[in-house]
Amino acid sequence: MVDSLVVRMSTPALHLPPVTEVLSSSREGAATGFVLAQLDASGRQGPILWVQDRLSMQEGGLPCFQGVTGQMGQEFPLLHVAAKDAAQALWAMEEGLQCAALSAVIGEIWGTPKALDFTATKRLALRAGRSGVPLWLIRADGTPGLSVAPDRWRVTSAPSAAHPLDPEAPGPALWQAELFRSRRSPPGRWVASHDRAAHRLDLAAALCDRPVGEGQGGPAPSRAVGGN
Amino acid sequence: MLAAEGRHGPVIHAVTEAAAQAGASVGARVVDARALAPELVVQPADLAGDAAALTRLAHWARRWCPWSATDGVDGLVLDTTGAAHLWGGEAAMLADMEARLADLGQTARLAVAPTHGAAWALARYGDAREVSAPSALRARLAMLPVAALRLDGQTRQTLRRLGLKRAGDLMALPRAALDRRFGHEGKLLATPLRRIDQALGHLPEPVVSPAPPQRFRAVQRLPEPVMDPQPWLSDLFAVLCADLARAGQGVREIRLELYRVDGQASRFQAVTARATRDADHLHRLLERRFETLDAGFGFDTLALEAIRWEPQEASQAGLDGADGAEVALATLIDRLTGRIGAAVRSPDPESSHLPERTARWGCARVPEPPCRPALTRLPAAASGLAGAPSAAPHRSPKPGLLLADRLAPAGLGGGGLVAPARIRPLRLLRAPERIEVLYTVPEGPPIRFRWRRKPFLIQRHQGPERIAPEWWQAPASARLRDYYKVEVADGARFWLFREGVAGDGRGGPPNWFLHGLFS
Repeated sequence: MVDSLVVRMSTPALHLPPVTEVLSSSREGAATGFVLAQLDASGRQGPILWVQDRLSMQEGGLPCFQGVTGQMGQEFPLLHVAAKDAAQALWAMEEGLQCAALSAVIGEIWGTPKALDFTATKRLALRAGRSGVPLWLIRADGTPGLSVAPDRWRVTSAPSAAHPLDPEAPGPALWQAELFRSRRSPPGRWVASHDRAAHRLDLAAALCDRPVGEGQGGPAPSRAVGGN
Repeated sequence: MLAAEGRHGPVIHAVTEAAAQAGASVGARVVDARALAPELVVQPADLAGDAAALTRLAHWARRWCPWSATDGVDGLVLDTTGAAHLWGGEAAMLADMEARLADLGQTARLAVAPTHGAAWALARYGDAREVSAPSALRARLAMLPVAALRLDGQTRQTLRRLGLKRAGDLMALPRAALDRRFGHEGKLLATPLRRIDQALGHLPEPVVSPAPPQRFRAVQRLPEPVMDPQPWLSDLFAVLCADLARAGQGVREIRLELYRVDGQASRFQAVTARATRDADHLHRLLERRFETLDAGFGFDTLALEAIRWEPQEASQAGLDGADGAEVALATLIDRLTGRIGAAVRSPDPESSHLPERTARWGCARVPEPPCRPALTRLPAAASGLAGAPSAAPHRSPKPGLLLADRLAPAGLGGGGLVAPARIRPLRLLRAPERIEVLYTVPEGPPIRFRWRRKPFLIQRHQGPERIAPEWWQAPASARLRDYYKVEVADGARFWLFREGVAGDGRGGPPNWFLHGLFS
């Protein structure tokens, strides 16, 4: 099941613009890690344009070059734009999406500003579709509004896998990824992990508790992910 | 008083009038002058700066004639042949020169003479603004001291010992005797005889004028004032870029000046990330600024000038007409920078242990192309097409070349070994945020903490990684940091640190901070 999903996710439908929205909390780095893993899996070469508006920098901080290098396994040239508001960030993203030499544009917009409406996402999608540069829109603490993005994820942290050497230490990162709106595949929930050596993003079916009252009663089985 | 380095310590290079009255003289040693007048103020002389300023002045002096050059360390020589009448005669020209140099704050001694040597002598030893006619040249020169003949110190001393004080004394001597006495000292170019011949015009002494500095400027004067200068601009850019292409240069900074009929000028400036001579790109960079343009009664002159440029080699465009990735990136950086300025940045890592200093951002620059495996010569017959570039690996992981490793301190006890890559979070907060922490052991890891009014229960931790303050620049009260990577109950991973340890004598109980977010 994992394989078929990965194959389906990694073959883009040509008529859809390469725009993806990722909703997350600004208090964790899960969305950033998930997006970088996707970029690593896409295999595109070139610098990344990373656009942040002022609030997302204030709430979630700035990308750390050493950390990004550590996750990607190689140096990725970064171009960072510290926009003063969402409108300027959207403009910078539009400019970046016209430059085919970029490997991707990562845009971070905090909350749900007025500037980020359906028209804005449509403009972004048109430019991304024309140049083929993928856009990853990270919406920290945002609510899903109208958007033309074909794929929309909601990503939170999951307890990490076991550390190979130290049982007390956090191991490779895992994320709860929920594809809640998609135009290429049915929505679903997975536990995502990044295989750095193979440049791959693995999605495994999430094991989660059933809602209370479902099944034959009795105590619900406890969570079985990432146990020691 | 200015001092320059001499052979035996500082030597006086120039003096003010007050210092001269106090006893300082040019060429004396500073210690001697100080002994005479202890209150002398000595500043180091900037000889290179003086020379550069003199060169600039020589170029500026081309307003009077097209052929000018510097002459020694303190003089300018202008070949005004055929140019003096434009200024109303030689005397009027000298007056104009003196007035304009005075406007610049310079005092000057000026003279006009038929030869370079005679002009040198008259400017330094003649009357103020002296003009010497060719007929009276010999008689005028004969009155001047021998020092006016541009002789070196040793020759002047010899002449003084021989009792020859004026140039006329030398002219009266037989040439053969002068040649015998001074011609054999290895200074054939500066013998008194030769100098006299040069001053009198018997020997040629051409003035070598340096070429004017290159300038890239395109000017368009319009017959009628226009309200909208845009239709004329594309021609202007094309002309400038053609000039640049001919000279093999690319522009880094450009300025457009639009002169209005009433004398006002609007100036627009733009910088580029790399040298370029792409007319369309430069046009787009400046075009955006026209929103605030006030046309008044119209523009009648448009001028486009390259302020800063650097060599740019001609490059081959792709077969599909597209530019290379570097050009595209530079264009993008220019567009972004043109609108939002310094907010466009690239990582500018600094060799430091402190994370916030290592993760520093500098001005945006075009990233270097990724390291590709060097092109190797294929073995002549054996390889065929099997080793074609398409067979190259998708990407070449270089685990030994991570930036974090390159910044690792090697050599200090490491014996040149590369330190293991350090764990760094994906995101760093702008400033570490204070958190309330509950711990069991003061030196141990925390158990639970509260960040932004939300409690977190720590499940797993890794650390500590101890980062000591940089004693060579931090104040002595700076405390060390123990960094922990922790994972809380719902799975989020954070980078915490404790500033200081209990009882280190640098403040009260240590504080805890949250500094970064892991993926």
